Amino acid sequence: MNIHEYQAKDILRAQGVPIPPGEIATTPEQVEAIAKKIGGMVVVKAQVHTGGRGKAGGVKLAKTPTEAREVASRILGMKINGLTVYTVLVTAAADIASEAYVGIILDRATKKPVFMVSPAGGIDIEEVAAKTPEKILKLPIDTRYGLLPYQAMDLGFFLFPDDVKKVRAAAKIMMQLYQAFMKSDASLAEINPLVVTPSGEVLALDAKISVDDNALDRHPDLAALRDETAEAKSEVEARNANLTFIKLDGNVGCVVNGAGLAMATMDLVKYYGGEPANFLDIGGSSNPEKVVNALRIITEDPNVKVILFNIFGGITRTDDVANGIVTATKANPLKIPIVIRLTGTNEEIAMKILQENGFNASSDMDEAVEKAVALAKGGKAA
Amino acid sequence: MSIFIDRHTTLIVQGITGRDGSFHTKQMIEYGTRVVGGVTPGKGGQKFENEVPVFNTVYQAVEQTGANTSVIYVPPMFAADAIMEAADAGIKFIVAITEGVPVLDMTRVYPFVKEKGARLLGPNCPGLITPGESKVGIIPGRICTPGNIGVVSRSGTLTYEVVYQLTRAGMGQSTCVGIGGDPINGTNFIDCLAAFEADPQTKAVAMMGEIGGTDEQDAATFVKEHMTKPVVGFIAGQTAPPGRRMGHAGAIISGSSGTAAEKIDAFRAAGMGVAKRPIDFVELLKERM
Repeated sequence: MNIHEYQAKDILRAQGVPIPPGEIATTPEQVEAIAKKIGGMVVVKAQVHTGGRGKAGGVKLAKTPTEAREVASRILGMKINGLTVYTVLVTAAADIASEAYVGIILDRATKKPVFMVSPAGGIDIEEVAAKTPEKILKLPIDTRYGLLPYQAMDLGFFLFPDDVKKVRAAAKIMMQLYQAFMKSDASLAEINPLVVTPSGEVLALDAKISVDDNALDRHPDLAALRDETAEAKSEVEARNANLTFIKLDGNVGCVVNGAGLAMATMDLVKYYGGEPANFLDIGGSSNPEKVVNALRIITEDPNVKVILFNIFGGITRTDDVANGIVTATKANPLKIPIVIRLTGTNEEIAMKILQENGFNASSDMDEAVEKAVALAKGGKAA
Repeated sequence: MSIFIDRHTTLIVQGITGRDGSFHTKQMIEYGTRVVGGVTPGKGGQKFENEVPVFNTVYQAVEQTGANTSVIYVPPMFAADAIMEAADAGIKFIVAITEGVPVLDMTRVYPFVKEKGARLLGPNCPGLITPGESKVGIIPGRICTPGNIGVVSRSGTLTYEVVYQLTRAGMGQSTCVGIGGDPINGTNFIDCLAAFEADPQTKAVAMMGEIGGTDEQDAATFVKEHMTKPVVGFIAGQTAPPGRRMGHAGAIISGSSGTAAEKIDAFRAAGMGVAKRPIDFVELLKERM
């Protein structure tokens, strides 16, 4: 789960990371008032879950409160990578002598959190990694011991080779960032840029934290930071119904059990010349209610021309899925065709239920996908 | 022969009295797995289904039964502790079915298990099955048939799909292993490929990967450098958008890394067969055997 910059900064501040003061606002008038309170130059920053905010015009400097109100009126309501800006962060501007990058990612290869630091801050770290890998220091951390003080100093010396005062300041921030990463069960925590001011102060100007979804159950405070306005409405509905759903641009609505099979089904739709409208995993349990919710969410998308079920019954009982289909379509008759493939646990019972209620079903995945793609294109079923 | 489990495997079930644990224990016993004990703290002394002794701790279970393998069905927040308890009690093969284990927990568990000399499969995996001999986990037994194809996959139901297609085509399996969909897991593709290469019964391997990480690319390099047996691969998620977690915690394209295209390229470069659809495994494996 991604959280906003201002939320990530609150988490880092709680660990003691030095960050210029700021407040959030949802109207230009609020922005003006906050700018007045802060005094001097401020930065108005769009709070959306996407990179490239600066390039898109979502981050602007303002010299006066009036100017802050003006830039805020342009940023609020603008779209960045398809996401509408509802909130801005107004923060004191800092003078910058140099910029560095400091981040921690959970690395699959080493199976550890890995610190990545670079004196080339303020820009896309992936680009630095690709073009000038020598400008990045990577340090895997054994979470049983945590970040040790000498390791934090090593990272600091890589950023500021000839200034031990800055090294100590940076090392302290590394320790605080690591604490924040561990305490929030993060999969990513970064400060970009970490700046040095002309007077030699080391400050965090931007922050990003992604929280491991698996850990949200033990962090209700972090789960509460979720911003549902930053997500597609259908995805919020799906999560509340315990479904894993991702909206895509195609017209074949997919309902599948299991993440791997769901991806393989989308790929097969593409293979036969169609475009999937979504990823949807109804999971392993046998709850007909899930099928009802899945159908409701998928049919809300006006692009969807056909619904494709692909169920391989292992733990999932296919008769439960069949009952779910019958219940859902009785309550809300479908306006578009449905193609059902199911096989596995209780297949005979499921087929009987479907036939008695006027549905055809196949036990072959390729056959079902081909048929769904043909229907989506407006043709007759093969 | 087979890999990791066979008819001699003696199993304890951690979380045997829970909803999932009890359901799948019955299924495993029915399949012929030697379930010698279970563990649920506070229920020691009871018998599961009037047959399988339940213990309070894994240590007691191992001491009393001599089990060499454990399967874990406990809730996600307790899974890390359960895995470490099993390793500490001397279990050498630990299968963690639990989905939703916090990833940072695994950063402590992995080195712990390794130092104890144990192997962990999972978490967030369907387990494994050696058809006709033993199954540990949740893979439906009736879709499998004994034979000489090794199957290894990051997914559950996609594995069932491929195994079902192989069985229908008369191609049996030596062992089917689900390594799980999490970013940090105990056993990876290379571990399974090396085991299949060393297993005299296995003649060819079907491997199902998915987007995210570089495990498949590393596996392709291993195939090229160390495998004499043919390997056919498939990657799920060719139509997945970048930056989105596709159900499995590990199935995510980060930046430009972990795409299906780069994994398929790695398979081709290693001389592996590439299945475009699950059904393609049948012909591609036949051609190579």
